[in-house]
Amino acid sequence: MKAGSAPFKVSPPLWLLAELTYACPLQCPYCSNPLAFARYRAELDTASWLRVLREARALGACQLGFSGGEPLTRSDLEVLIAEARRLGYYSNLITSGIGMDARRVAALRNAGLDHIQISFQASEPVLNDYLAGTQAFAHKLEMARQVKANGFPMVLCFVIHRHNIEQIELFCELASRLGADYVELANTQYHGWAWLNRQALLPSRAQLEQAEATAHRCQQRYASSMKILYVVADYFEQRPKACVNGWGSVFLDIAPDGTALPCHSAAELPGLSFPNVRNASLAEIWRDSAAFNRFRGFDWMREPCRSCPEKHKDFGGCRCQAYLLTGDPSNADPVCAKSPEHQRVVAFASAAGNTPARPIRFRNNRNSRIYHSVPERSASEHDPSIG
Amino acid sequence: MTALTAQTIVRLTPTYRLQWEQMQDAYVLLYPDGMVTLNATAGEILARCDGVHSVAEIIADLQRLYPAADAATQLTADVLEFMEVARNEGWLGTV
Repeated sequence: MKAGSAPFKVSPPLWLLAELTYACPLQCPYCSNPLAFARYRAELDTASWLRVLREARALGACQLGFSGGEPLTRSDLEVLIAEARRLGYYSNLITSGIGMDARRVAALRNAGLDHIQISFQASEPVLNDYLAGTQAFAHKLEMARQVKANGFPMVLCFVIHRHNIEQIELFCELASRLGADYVELANTQYHGWAWLNRQALLPSRAQLEQAEATAHRCQQRYASSMKILYVVADYFEQRPKACVNGWGSVFLDIAPDGTALPCHSAAELPGLSFPNVRNASLAEIWRDSAAFNRFRGFDWMREPCRSCPEKHKDFGGCRCQAYLLTGDPSNADPVCAKSPEHQRVVAFASAAGNTPARPIRFRNNRNSRIYHSVPERSASEHDPSIG
Repeated sequence: MTALTAQTIVRLTPTYRLQWEQMQDAYVLLYPDGMVTLNATAGEILARCDGVHSVAEIIADLQRLYPAADAATQLTADVLEFMEVARNEGWLGTV
């Protein structure tokens, strides 16, 4: 490489997220998958995924997430897990629990999987199965028991929004009864389907304040038995999150069709052409591709980020959020109070509790075909509250 | 939790995995959705917490690795201090 052509030292991708498939038996309306998931047909085959695992490990990746969609729909999951174990990854399965039974949980253990995270939509079957769009709750309970019976560390994940935000205490009780080691109380991140459904899902500020207080109380109460992680609702914050710890810094996502992404929402950004593992090695993709270098480091920043003393801490926030809320991914994440567009976020967030809930648009093939042809920003053009 | 003594036998909590990472030139501690890159001494200490050897034996072994360190005072204090931190983090348990 020529002297001066590397403005920023490229660090190794420590985290690999393998989104094995967009197929999923659930229809959660806050899904982070692209609206157009129904358009993706050609999933990578087993041999290609094995190559991805080997190449990413050689670059330094050691945390590996198998995700989707529902990764259990891939019948080669155990093959991939076995190779991951052999290569020295710590492998995490991020699942709804649908698609496994007691035998498969044991098979995953034998293949060398390290940890299973099961998502719940609510603390009881009626709301859970409504949000999931299918009967799932009873099976999730049974699978959580199997996960523990097989000696896995278990994370239970609850995505929070206005329809279940008052169940925080019940989530923690449920997790404790099931013997969870970690609980993730994650406020919805408004990308993909969650962005489409944001007016149906955003909680009010009062709901959030109460939820946060409850979460902190539960953290104390269960301190000796499980770790509770509360992920804030960043529309209501003053500073942005350090999204993926900086673009192209530690996180590498491979979509089901082999597209390599710096975060799982990045495909929604305009003007970027993301490389595909079918055409290039991961080393070329990670180090040299235009897309992975586009927002790497600090040179791309505009004001107020460029001169901000906190830029090393939050890297300007989330590029996808900057795009969705300001129309330009090079802008500061408007969650930041220093952003000139911050007032839009405040107005939108404070209106949330006062507007009647919109109908929920479930994540399924039919809706994906309806909404996929509409660019994501113009899908919301007529929402007066976002202006 | 009672304080650690020279006779205590400690081991890594089974839900954590300690691993040498060539690319990072360091030991890392891996757990669900998380990773801690350890500094050199922390890594060497945790690598010896095997559920078999006592704290005193681990310190004696580290003394061979760091011959300049003063076993009687500084090394013992440093190891015990780190082990207490690791126990509070949930990385270490006693046997």
